[in-house]
Amino acid sequence: MKKLINSPETLLADALAGVAAAHPGLAVDADARVVTRAVPAAPGKVALVSGGGSGHEPLHIGFVGPGMLDAACPGEVFTSPVPDQVLAAARAVQSGAGVLFVVKNYTGDVLNFRLAAELAAEEGIAVETVLVDDDVAVEDSTWTAGRRGTGATVVVEKTAGALAERGAPLEAVAAVGRRADAASRSFAIALSAATVPAAGRPGFDLPEDEIEVGVGIHGEPGRRREPMRPARDLAAEVVGAILADHDLAAGDEVIALVNGLGGTPLLELYVVFGEVRALLAARGVRIARSLVGNYVTSLDMAGFSLTLTKADRELLELWDAPVATPALTWS
Amino acid sequence: MDGTLDTARAEAWIRALAAAVAAHEAELTALDAAIGDGDHGSNLRRGFEAVLATLDDAPAASPGALLATTGSTLISRVGGASGPLYGSAFRAIGHALAVPDPDAGERPATGAPAVAAALAEGLAAVQRLGGAQPGDKTMVDAFAPAVEAFRAAAGDGVAAAARAAAAAAEQGATATVPMVARKGRASYLGPRSAGHRDPGAVSTALVFGALAAACRG
Repeated sequence: MKKLINSPETLLADALAGVAAAHPGLAVDADARVVTRAVPAAPGKVALVSGGGSGHEPLHIGFVGPGMLDAACPGEVFTSPVPDQVLAAARAVQSGAGVLFVVKNYTGDVLNFRLAAELAAEEGIAVETVLVDDDVAVEDSTWTAGRRGTGATVVVEKTAGALAERGAPLEAVAAVGRRADAASRSFAIALSAATVPAAGRPGFDLPEDEIEVGVGIHGEPGRRREPMRPARDLAAEVVGAILADHDLAAGDEVIALVNGLGGTPLLELYVVFGEVRALLAARGVRIARSLVGNYVTSLDMAGFSLTLTKADRELLELWDAPVATPALTWS
Repeated sequence: MDGTLDTARAEAWIRALAAAVAAHEAELTALDAAIGDGDHGSNLRRGFEAVLATLDDAPAASPGALLATTGSTLISRVGGASGPLYGSAFRAIGHALAVPDPDAGERPATGAPAVAAALAEGLAAVQRLGGAQPGDKTMVDAFAPAVEAFRAAAGDGVAAAARAAAAAAEQGATATVPMVARKGRASYLGPRSAGHRDPGAVSTALVFGALAAACRG
C-alpha cells in the first residue's frame, strides 16, 4: 500500500485539518468531528445533516454550504459516524425549524442515525430522515438489507437543500428528498478494488482483465465478475440495468450523474457520459441536466457509477437553484 | 465463586474480550474483507481500547454498571453496524443485571440464571435493532445458540454455563460458512457470500470465549 497518509489512525483527523485549512466557507469541529458552514444559515431554516464513512469524498463534507448541507459528520474510513457525532451536528445547526437527516441505506449508517434521531428527539429537536436507496444492483430487500444508497445522495441533498433554503417546512423538505430518491436509480462497475488504509491491501483481488459488476461504494465486491470490455459495452450494461428498473419512457427527461469511484480519470468518465447520452437518446430519453466527475467515491477504486433521476419541473428548479459548496457550485 | 458473575469477573470478561479483539484484529478484518468492507477488526479494536480507558479511569460499582458503560462506550466510539449492535447488546445485558435488589440495592454479584436472562436481553436488543434472524449469516447465528446453551447449563453455575455458551458460539460461527447473507453489507453479495465465516459471528464467539475465560478463575 502506497498512500499519502501519516498513519491509518490519524488519517481522518489529518484530513479534517486540511479541510479546515483549504475551505474558509467551512467550519471544522475537530473534536466532535463535525463540519458546518462557517456562516450559519439564517434562523428558521430547516437544517440538513448528512454523513457516512470517510473515503467517499467529496461526499459529504464537500457538499456543506448554502443551497445544500448545513453540517456533515464523517465517520472513520467506510464506517458510519457514531450517534454522538450526528447529535452534535444536529445541535450545532438546528435553529428551531427541525433537522433533516440524509442517510444512505447501509446497515451501519441506518443504525447510528436512528440512535441519533432518538437522542435528538429526547432533546426536543424535530428530526425527519430521508433514506437514500437507489442502487438497482441490489435486487430484493426481502433477501438483502435493501438497496444501497449511492449516487442519488447528491441529488437528494441538492434538491432538499434548495427547498430548505427557500424556507420550506421540515415535512416538505423531507418529502422532496424522498421524491428525489424515489425518482433515482444507480448502478456501478469497478475496474479495481479499493484499499482501506487500516487493512493495507485491496478489498478484493481483481485480475487485470476482469471487472466487478454491480458494486457499492465501500469496496465490497459486486454481484458478479466479468471480462473487461470497451466503455461502450459497459455503458450499455449500466444503462440497461437502470432502465430495466425505472419507469423511464420516450419523452422523459433525466438528471444524469456519471460518477467516478475515485481512481478513474475524468477523460474516461467523459467517454462513458457520451455513450450514456447516445444510449438514452436512442430510447427517446433526454438528459436535461448532467454532472460528470468524482462525487461519491470509494477511495482509490477505479470505475464509475451512473445515476439517473427522472426529472420534473420542480426537481429541475431545485437542481438549478444556487449552490455554493466546495464540490458543487453554481449560481 | 463459580456460581456468580461479580464485578471482578465482569471486568475480567471485558478485558479478556479486548485482548481477544486485539489478537484477532487481522483475522476479523480479513473475514470482513471477503464479504464486507474490511474494517470489522479495526473498528472493534478501536472501540475496546476506549472501553479499557473507561475501566482504567473509574472502577465500576457492579457488573451491571460495568457492562452498561461498556455498551455506551462502544456505541459512542465504534460506528458502523458493530458499534450500535454490540453496544446495545452490552447495555441491555448491563441494565438487566442492574435491576435493584429490594434488600441490598443493586446486586453486587449475579447468579447464573440472572446472567442467562441478561444475555437473552442482549440478544433481543441486537435482534430488535438489526432485525436479523438465525440463518441470516450475522452475529445472531453465534449469539442465539450461545444464549440457549448458557441457559441450558445455568444450573451448573456461571463458569460451566459460560463454557457451554462459548462452545455453542464457536459452532454457530462455523455454521455461518455455507449461509447466504440476508442482512448487513454481505447481503449485497448474494450467493457469493457463501463459503466464508461471518465476521460478526466470529467476533461474537470471541465475546463468549472471553466470558468463559473470565469465569474460569
